Amino acid sequence: MSGVLPVALEDATKIIGYLMLSDKEYVAVMQLHREVPRERLLEVIREFTGRIYQRPPVRSSVKRSLRIKRVYEIKLLEIKYPFVLLRIRCEHGTYVRKLIHDMGEVLGVGAHMRELRRVRTGPFKDDETLVTMHELSEALYMARELNDESRLRSLILPMEYGISHLPKVVINDGAVEALTHGADLAVPGISLIHEGIRKGDTVAILTIKGELVAVGEAVMSTEEVIQAKKGIAVKTKRVIMPRGIYPRLWKRKKSK
Amino acid sequence: MDITKEGISFIQKLDKFAGIERRFIVVKEPSTDERYGKLPTQRSLSELKRFGIINLDKPPGPTSHEVVAWIKKLLGLRKAGHGGTLEPL
Repeated sequence: MSGVLPVALEDATKIIGYLMLSDKEYVAVMQLHREVPRERLLEVIREFTGRIYQRPPVRSSVKRSLRIKRVYEIKLLEIKYPFVLLRIRCEHGTYVRKLIHDMGEVLGVGAHMRELRRVRTGPFKDDETLVTMHELSEALYMARELNDESRLRSLILPMEYGISHLPKVVINDGAVEALTHGADLAVPGISLIHEGIRKGDTVAILTIKGELVAVGEAVMSTEEVIQAKKGIAVKTKRVIMPRGIYPRLWKRKKSK
Repeated sequence: MDITKEGISFIQKLDKFAGIERRFIVVKEPSTDERYGKLPTQRSLSELKRFGIINLDKPPGPTSHEVVAWIKKLLGLRKAGHGGTLEPL
């Protein structure tokens, strides 16, 4: 299958967990084993939208127990019997091949997936930022043989794009270094905060320059942060920025 | 444009990229010192190789794992990882 596969480099690999858990969107070709009326197909599509039960296929990388997956939308793009072009937006871990097979069973005629292309992984889409292997090797050639790194540099996005789908908290310079040492984020360290953050949300913590410092779990809602003068607002879960970039400003307790 | 404004505008660009429409609430007026850190857009190639991500169009055929291994070798990286397996064929 082809399509959007974000590849995180070196230290940025720490953020891939948050991308794996994000929603996916596919364009798929379903091949029907016998013809069915369009209305019947639309009916079954509706039936497979929402929360569905799915048993992962025999050849899969997870335990084969029945799981509930959310299918947000299935759009019928085109029918050219025996082929049906579908656009599917779903929760991570949904097997589209299985989804199409199961739709065939319910239709009573049988069906299988003929082709699949992922058009979105979290914030990454099939747009001008998408890079083919061919473009990448060409840019690499330019960098190595012609001493021109500009092309290659333009193909690699700052890792912050990989957490761009998360709600954000922007922090003051003085709070950065403590976080890289694993400290939680306290209210006085905050400069800007997205509206609508709820307790328990996974949030990205950025510097005012936009650099990713860490990913954390909100322990205060946006409203609580606005009201509070002090206290922990975000628990630091995963530190991404290396230490020593911002100054160390916190006071050290005197030890005897 | 000063670095604080540039930083904020980069953050807004991230929101736009992901289609996020939340507003930011100002808790403390933002101000950043240009002596520390740098704008993500100013990273050099070697910095991007540590703190970068490629929106790759995986070709059909190889596994996601094979594609990542290839990129790792091609760019001479210590480590690389992908965000969600796409089956080979």
